[in-house]
This record gives sequence, structure tokens and C-alpha cells, in this order.
Amino acid sequence: MSSNTSPAIELRGTSKAFRTPSGALHTAVRDLDLTVERGEFVAVVGPTGCGKSTTLTLVSGLEEPTEGEVLVAGEPVSGIGDKIGFVFQQDAVFPWRTVLSNVMAGPRFRGVPKSEARERAREWLARVGLSSFEDRYPHQLSGGQRKRVALAATFVNDPELLLMDEPFSALDVQTRALMSDELLELWAGTGASVVFVTHDLEESIALADKVVVMTAGPATVKEVFTIDLPRPRKVESVRLEPRFVEIYREIWSSLGEEVRITRERGAADAA
Amino acid sequence: MPPETVAVPPATGAGKGKGRAVRTGAAADGGGGGERTQARARAARNHRIVVQGARVLLLVALIGLWEWMARSAVIDPFNFSMPSKIWDQMRQWALHGTPQGSLWEQIWYTLYEALLGWIIGVIGGVVLGIALGRIRFLAEVLGPYIKVLNALPRIVLAPIFLIWFGLGPASKIASAVVLVFFPVFFNAFQGAREVDRNLVSNARILGASNRQVTLQVVIPSATSWIFTSLHVSFGFALIGAIVGEYIGATKGLGLLVSASQGTFNAAGVYAAMVILAVVALLAEGLLSFLEKRLFRWKPVEAGAER
Repeated sequence: MSSNTSPAIELRGTSKAFRTPSGALHTAVRDLDLTVERGEFVAVVGPTGCGKSTTLTLVSGLEEPTEGEVLVAGEPVSGIGDKIGFVFQQDAVFPWRTVLSNVMAGPRFRGVPKSEARERAREWLARVGLSSFEDRYPHQLSGGQRKRVALAATFVNDPELLLMDEPFSALDVQTRALMSDELLELWAGTGASVVFVTHDLEESIALADKVVVMTAGPATVKEVFTIDLPRPRKVESVRLEPRFVEIYREIWSSLGEEVRITRERGAADAA
Repeated sequence: MPPETVAVPPATGAGKGKGRAVRTGAAADGGGGGERTQARARAARNHRIVVQGARVLLLVALIGLWEWMARSAVIDPFNFSMPSKIWDQMRQWALHGTPQGSLWEQIWYTLYEALLGWIIGVIGGVVLGIALGRIRFLAEVLGPYIKVLNALPRIVLAPIFLIWFGLGPASKIASAVVLVFFPVFFNAFQGAREVDRNLVSNARILGASNRQVTLQVVIPSATSWIFTSLHVSFGFALIGAIVGEYIGATKGLGLLVSASQGTFNAAGVYAAMVILAVVALLAEGLLSFLEKRLFRWKPVEAGAER
């Protein structure tokens, strides 16, 4: 690694615009400045459709910024780095592969020998509690189990940087809390930096060291809040602490305004 | 969508619904549910018997009507023949051979031409379809030409192939190939285009190279599209082979048809048709079997299995 002291992610004046099918230019992200330190868990919250996910695709290298710079570990992003893990909102497991084969996919793509890949995959499957399901196909699993497969498939690559795009939003409330706890446990051992995009403020406070509030689209950073709740946390119990409620109120006063703006815009569009 | 893209799910052959008709609730729903489950199973079985019976009845009635009309000269038996004559013709061919050799040899010839043409057409269609689906530049350059070729009624190429490749199997294989290629090509192309973008992104993040994305993401997810076209295209391969033989050949079922026609043997034409239908049905069954093995990863769609 070239620069061990540089932050995990730095966005400097980053903008991203897309051509819409009708030919108009749509700015998803504008003038974004954001720093994520190494080993830090950062949650990004903002109104729906404001461009949070775009930020992640820029960091991952799936998309290139229109303007500005994206640095990962001090180096400009070009293409997809091999230290990155990405958990998608929708199911992105391969339906034609068994659970074990899905988790083996990453190491196999990267040229790890089969036996070693299998060993590492089994290890991670055990950690997410799916050892007895390794021969199943994804369609035979529940939504939560599929998400666990996705987590194992991501963690097996030992990512230094974990990007998560509303990973649990499709799950029911109980499963969601369970998965959040599991994520914290899995993450605790790795020292990876995490950027966790969500529109659920509670989830973001419960998980993160730092909550970044984005403005209504085109997204840019509005405010950054440090969450000083002690770790290790349990998502369900941390929610009940007075400090949690205090933080929640503080951040909501900032986020709520952006949500209102987005809603009014939606109403204007609909009219 | 181009006219030959076949997006319909393969129709289950009418005759094979008997094996696993209705999945009766094996997991009985609590106490007292056992009786209801049994009643339901009985109703399902009765329904099955009624359907099967009606099918047989319909067939018998149609054949009987044909036979009766021909025998009582309502329709001209010389032109229209009759089922008993067709049966006699088939028996005669099977037991004593056809004018151009044993019946099995004719079947084998046609099957061989169709199969080889089908395999070549499928491989060509899949490879080119995936390549054009993945490589934008190729699709942009070749697109219009493929459209023009597709607009051509390709069966008219059969006489040309006969001139080029002679009376042997090569000309029939060529006609089968051109008939098979296009539906397979369009489906593979569409399949490669419709790959879930999330899966591709995920594979790339996990470290897949472009080649790995093509081989391990695009091709597997296009297989269900491709398989849909395989069912239809085997029929096309048979058509190609038969028409080729009909125009000019030394062996094959198509020659049997044209030879029977030449001697005003209507029963012979029908007999060859029946044999062809049986061969096509068998091939279709084999393909469905292979498909089921290959798609074990797919959820069983509700209603897909009757």
C-alpha cells in the first residue's frame, strides 16, 4: 500500500451528471466533499432518490465522476479496485450457482485455487450461519438468507472498503435488526471502512460512527454528525438509550428539512 | 422484436401431462385435513381420467370418421386415402423396407441431417448472438445485414444449396442451418442484452474480468432465452432437412414423401408424415428432459407444471 496514512476515501468537489433518455442532463451529485477515515463506519442518509447510490458507484469505480476527484486510499479511482466490496440493494446473488459456489465466486474470479476458495467460502458461510445450506440454490432461501449469502460473498474477498447500498431495505423489520447486528459483528473483526447508504435514520445512527446528511437532489453533503454511542452495540437496545434519542432529534432537524423539500418537489411534479 | 424471436415459454406437449398432474397437498393441513386432502386427490384423479378419456375419444372419433367417409366414398379414397391404408403402408415399410431401402435408414438419414444442421445452427446462433449482445460495435455494424438476411424467406435457399452441395446430406444440413440460426441468434442476442445489470456489476466488483462476465454471468442468464428457441428451432431443422430431401435426395423421409407423391400414393405421404411427427415429438421430449436437468437452479413457476 502506498500511503497508509491517507484516508480510506476522499471525495473532492465531485459531481456526476447523467444523460436522461430524453437527452436532458440530470445532475445526481454536485460538488461533493467527503472524507472517510480508515476503519470508520460512515452512514449516508438523505431523502429517497437524492443521489446517495451514485456516490457509491463513483467510489466503487463502476462509474466515473463528471467533475472533481475520487481518491481511495490516497489514489484516484480508475476502474474497479480489488480492495472493494459492494452489497447491493437488490439481490445480486447468482441464481444458477449454489450458495457455496456464490460465496466462492469472488476468490475464483480473482484466481484463487478452487480448494482454497472453497475453504474460505465455508469459513464465511459458517460465520453467517449458513453452513447447512451450502448446496441450496438462492431461490430456495429466504430474503434474509440471501442477504447473508451476499454478505459472505463480499467479506470473503477481505475488502478494505465496504460499500453498502441500502442493503437491508428489502427485508422485514425483525430480520433487518438481526442483519444489522450481524453486520456489526462481521465488520468488527475486519478493520474495513464502511460506507452505508440508507434512508432509515434509526438504522444509520445505530450502526455508524459518523452520519452524513445529504441534501435533496442533486445531492451534496449538508452536515456531518459524529455518533458517540459506545461499541459494541446491539441495534435493538441502543435504540432505547436517551443519548440515541437526543442524536436522532438533532439529525432529524437537519434531514427532515431535505425530506420536506423532496416531498414538495414530488408534489409539484405530480401537479 | 424480430419476427422469429420466440419469447413464449415452451409449450408442454399435450400428451405428457399424466405423470405429475396436480400436486396434492401431501402436507396435510392439520387434524381432520386428511380427509379433505384425500377428497381433493380423488377429484384431481377423476379430472385427469376425464381429460385423458376425452383425448382418446376425440382421436378415435376423428380417425373413425375419416375411415368411414373414405370407405363410403363421401371423400375420394384415392386422393384422401384412409387410416387403415396408412397403417398398412407404415407396416409394409417397417417390415419390408421402402423402395429406396429400409425405413430405419430413411429415418436415420433425415434425423442425422436435421440434428447436424441444428447443432451447427445453434452453435453459430448462440456464439454470434452473445458476441453481438456483448460487443456494441459488432451489433451496430452487423445489425442491418442480419435484418436483411432475416427478411429473406430462407426456404428458397434450399434449391441453391442443392446446386452447391449436391444430392447428399450436405445440402439438407445447410438448409437446416439457415433455418435454425436466426431464431437462436435473436434469442441469444436478446438474452445477452437483458442480463440483470446488478448481476454484472456485482460480478465486476467481485473481481470478474470481461471474459468471466461473459462466460459466467451473461451466458448462464441467457440460457433460458436460448433454450426457448431450441424447442422451436429443432422443428425448423426438421423442416430444412425434409424440404431439402423433397427437392432432391437419394435417401430420407422427404424423398419418401416426394416418391409417394410421384406414384400417387397418398397413403405413403400420410405415413411419412406420421413417422415425422413421432420423430419430432421424441426429440422434443428429449430436449425437455435435458432442460429440466440443466435448470435445476430455477424456481418452479406456479402453473408451469401442470
